[in-house]
Amino acid sequence: MTRFLIRRIVMGLITLWVIITLVFVLYYARPGVDPARELAGRAVTPALLANLNKEYGFDQPVIVQYWHYVERLVPIPGQFNLGISNTNRLPVTTIIAQAVPIDISLAVGSAIIWMILGISVGVLAARRPRSLWDRGATVFVLTGVSMPTFILGLLLLYVFYYLLTIHGVAIFPKPGSWTPFTQNPLEWAHDLILPWITLALITAATYSRLTRSTLLETLGEDYIRTARAKGLSERRVVYRHALRSSLTPILTQFGIDLATVLGGAIITESIFGLPGLGLAVVQAIQVQNLPVVIGIVLVASFFVVAANIVVDALYAVLDPRVRVS
Amino acid sequence: MSLSTVQVASNQAPPQEPAVGGIEGRSPLRLVLARLRTDRVALASVAVIVFVVALAFVAPLIESITGHSATITNVDTGTDANGQPLPPGTGGFILGTDNLGRDILVRIAYGARISLLVGVLATAIATIVGVVVGLFAGYFGGWLDSILARIMDVVLSFPYVLFAIVLVSVFGSSLPLTILVIAFFSFAAIGRIVRGQALSQREKEYVEAAQSLGAGNLRIMFVDILPNLVAPVIVLATLLIPSAIIFEATLSFLGLGVQPPTASWGNMLSDAEGVGFQAWWFYIFPMLFLLATTLAFNLLGDAVRDALDPRTERIFAGRRKKKKPA
Repeated sequence: MTRFLIRRIVMGLITLWVIITLVFVLYYARPGVDPARELAGRAVTPALLANLNKEYGFDQPVIVQYWHYVERLVPIPGQFNLGISNTNRLPVTTIIAQAVPIDISLAVGSAIIWMILGISVGVLAARRPRSLWDRGATVFVLTGVSMPTFILGLLLLYVFYYLLTIHGVAIFPKPGSWTPFTQNPLEWAHDLILPWITLALITAATYSRLTRSTLLETLGEDYIRTARAKGLSERRVVYRHALRSSLTPILTQFGIDLATVLGGAIITESIFGLPGLGLAVVQAIQVQNLPVVIGIVLVASFFVVAANIVVDALYAVLDPRVRVS
Repeated sequence: MSLSTVQVASNQAPPQEPAVGGIEGRSPLRLVLARLRTDRVALASVAVIVFVVALAFVAPLIESITGHSATITNVDTGTDANGQPLPPGTGGFILGTDNLGRDILVRIAYGARISLLVGVLATAIATIVGVVVGLFAGYFGGWLDSILARIMDVVLSFPYVLFAIVLVSVFGSSLPLTILVIAFFSFAAIGRIVRGQALSQREKEYVEAAQSLGAGNLRIMFVDILPNLVAPVIVLATLLIPSAIIFEATLSFLGLGVQPPTASWGNMLSDAEGVGFQAWWFYIFPMLFLLATTLAFNLLGDAVRDALDPRTERIFAGRRKKKKPA
């Protein structure tokens, strides 16, 4: 078990290192690109270029630059440093620390909705294959798979914010509303309800499909027949015996999805004006604010790699067969 | 029974050749088409796709008939006294105008070209790369498989919208780059399935037979094994098209895909967001076309899967790559 975990952690670190290096090459060491010139913007003067070269160390050999770049990413307190934003001169770590609570709020709320909705639709469909329930579930899944996130978000805003508000029923907040949980939990949920639903409906489709297919497979197994032969209630057979072993693939998907939202729900945040990592990265890209872009890409990658390791560890706890292989 | 009647009888119905309208050998393709023809959902999806393709083809025709350019702004007759877009049906604009007075119908027709072009080209590239990578990984196994499978896992698990916008921001947005980025983040979905199939196919007897006949590895991979993988690859490719269309629309919506004034359904919606919801037609029509197209391709993909192999109804359920940007 320990060896298994250590191997996964080493693989995760290698993945992170590859990403860090790729980002470095893309932004600082592409052949034929002068990073100082790109940073300088339109009003380029030789003095400005010299200044930038000095400040960012672009005048040093690439390998030295790479060393300094990697060195400050080693997670030791006092040394770890993601640089300073080009626009407001704040440390990138501060910008990220301000944005992360929004992404955590988004992830927690929408994950609860999409898990409950996705799994229950999947279970309903699997218990009565080819029934009306199953067909309804298929329509739900296909619509969810075909629906671009930004269309669902805009539709929800149109119906629940715009149409209701112009008819005098202003129950949903306008885009850009955000209240921290610690300030007012009710207001927090109220501001996040539409973004939660947007993320959850889109994501739930995958879970319904996954639950239906794995549950149908499990329900055909011998031990389910045994459980039924023992005289257990259908409810107990489905929820205690079958669903439990169907949960492993769902767990994998859940880890990836949760980490993706934590690293910034780019489209949902853009549409609802939520100042999380996703909105921050889009804004930073528009003004070529490289330290912020790189910082957020690294944090988002870290979430995904960490989630994969946690999921693998949980897998090994849930399913003894994984430990052997 | 006279000799002549016997001769006539044997002429009429020789045992090897059944009478007209009897049993007839049908190729797998014809079987699939026959099954699809009875599937009403599939037919409706095909109708929608044909309509969108036709719209894309006649875009210049619509442009010249209406006399409304797709890209040139037309603030004089295309907007009202306050500079606001015109609603559908006014001033000869069937679907209304956008914030710059351009005809939404004409722009939707040109947007269909972009969506279909990106959808089909990105899928074609992703499919070719995915098949080659998957075959090499699955057939050769060993260290090559470990590396390729690991790469595909990483590509599949990463927040691809984030990486796509990083790539676009570095290299500058352009249509070819959009297509390549989408292909890059899609090939692993096909590659993983092909790898899995190739792993099991290479143990089959026909591969051994081909080897004993002296066939080379490349010949076995592409001539012997590949035809057995056509069914899952066709299904996945059909399902990748809507994903690619959504991906392009998303990038364009964020301002990182197709650049104005070229019309794309995604950047039309981004323009609409700047105007506000009172111009509902500016939202609803591009949304409707985008959604109808992706839904049609997804439904068709499901129908093709059922038609190719009616027994394994849920072979890809849940395996499909999630294409939903968060």
